Amino acid sequence: MVTYRTVRAVSAARMPALIMFAHCTDPAALSGLSWLSCYLTTGKHMNLYVSVVVVLVLLAITAPAALAFGFGGATAARSNFPPLRWLGQSYIAVVRGVPDIAFFLFFVIALDQAFEYLRHRVKCSDWTEPVRQGNDFIVCQAAKLPLSTSPQWVHEVYGFFLAVLTFAIVFGAFAANVLFGAMRAVPHGQLETAEAYGMNRRQTFWRVLVPQMWLYALPGLSNLWMILIKATPLLFLLGVEDIVYWARELGQTANARFTEYPHGDWRLWYFSALLVFYLGFTRVSEIAFDRLNRRLLKGQATMGGSS
Amino acid sequence: MKKLLIATTALAFSAGLAMAQDVVRMGTEGAYPPWNFINDNGDVDGFERELGDELCARANLNCEWVTNDWDSIIPNLVSGNYDTIIAGMSVTDERDEVIDFTQAYTPPDPSSFLAASADVDVENGVVAAQTATIQAAFIAEKGWKLVEFATPEETVAAVRNGEADAVLADTSYLAPFADEDGLVMLERTEMIGGGVGMGIRESDGDLRARFDAAIQSMKDDGTLNAMIMKWEVASTW
Repeated sequence: MVTYRTVRAVSAARMPALIMFAHCTDPAALSGLSWLSCYLTTGKHMNLYVSVVVVLVLLAITAPAALAFGFGGATAARSNFPPLRWLGQSYIAVVRGVPDIAFFLFFVIALDQAFEYLRHRVKCSDWTEPVRQGNDFIVCQAAKLPLSTSPQWVHEVYGFFLAVLTFAIVFGAFAANVLFGAMRAVPHGQLETAEAYGMNRRQTFWRVLVPQMWLYALPGLSNLWMILIKATPLLFLLGVEDIVYWARELGQTANARFTEYPHGDWRLWYFSALLVFYLGFTRVSEIAFDRLNRRLLKGQATMGGSS
Repeated sequence: MKKLLIATTALAFSAGLAMAQDVVRMGTEGAYPPWNFINDNGDVDGFERELGDELCARANLNCEWVTNDWDSIIPNLVSGNYDTIIAGMSVTDERDEVIDFTQAYTPPDPSSFLAASADVDVENGVVAAQTATIQAAFIAEKGWKLVEFATPEETVAAVRNGEADAVLADTSYLAPFADEDGLVMLERTEMIGGGVGMGIRESDGDLRARFDAAIQSMKDDGTLNAMIMKWEVASTW
């Protein structure tokens, strides 16, 4: 029968433990709120708080990037130049038609390999062996991205940007579809009037079409924003440790052998906290979109408008 | 003849360059105590952390630790995101087709059943296991009812809430759960798998040889057995 050491958790740690408050040096002697204050400030919990920031930064970068991809895709799909039109329409159709998870799982590894392969061709042009050996993907050491010798944080930032790029491509296709429809919804009379005033196509596009398009695009784009917020846990598939990953990790049953803060299966509490966080976030977004919508409605001849 | 000589020298140089890469990235799961887990400080800890650090010291390598979830641990190794898998991965023929293993550093760990009561009939009940493990394959081969989960924690939770009658996993992982919340470890054990080894890319024969030598030296001077006993992960050599 195995015996357990309960005096001190067995550990191979070399770093000193993070101790926030003075009374946290002996957790076994604490209870109630003071135990909780020590428990919630361990190094492991800090990762949870940092991941909240990571998710917010991801959203802040991905939303404009997805909008940019969407704008590009929509204008391409409306173009008079057939190859560009085909490119735009196939981008929208393919990315919307394939399950997102397939893109996230495939793209991240494929993009990573594509970048490394390009660097490999440039930096190690004298490499004679094939890049794919059996199952393995091997490039010369100087071509690896990030380099093996770079610290872990570089790898994590790189993984983060791969995630941003993949999210932007996927959500960009949906945004492109929304913007495509919104561009077509602008009353044709407006464009004809602009043409009658002597504006060329470019001027009509930027001065008349785009400002009016936002009103029609807003419901679809606000929808996408909500979905994007809730899709952030997919970051875990891309190797970035997000809120849901840490909530799951921290909520696991913690045995006294491996931690100074043993506890049962607390996943319910952690996921409830996540629920509150996401609901709060989406509620705030809804209010913001409402205000934006009311501003854009001014002067428009729609049911909600005031013209 | 001259071309052959030049080619071999060039190859030797490039092999030498490969060896000059000192940083080896060790991939682990981080969710399977006592083998590997994340400690209170947020660092990778456990038997394999200590073992890995010792092996790297003996093989004169700079090692960095990386965590990755279990499902994509092999694809990411093959794709080059890290250089080894040291995550309680048993040596199996199926895995050997895709990657190479060093010699086993623990003998085959028996797998046990953890159930809500001692008189559960596992052959006719529902057994939980983690996806893509040898235990899941074992249950599937036997033709019993299997329910799979992505993490080991969820398999135990399934038994607690009645979704499964028992969970089949490494004895060392289940031991801390026994006798808590009314869960009991059944008498019956199964010997599955061929010992736990480090996973290495098939093209990285040199790295594999270095780790093999380090593991052998640890077996020879008894430090491996001492480490196994300290963490209570398996039987000793």
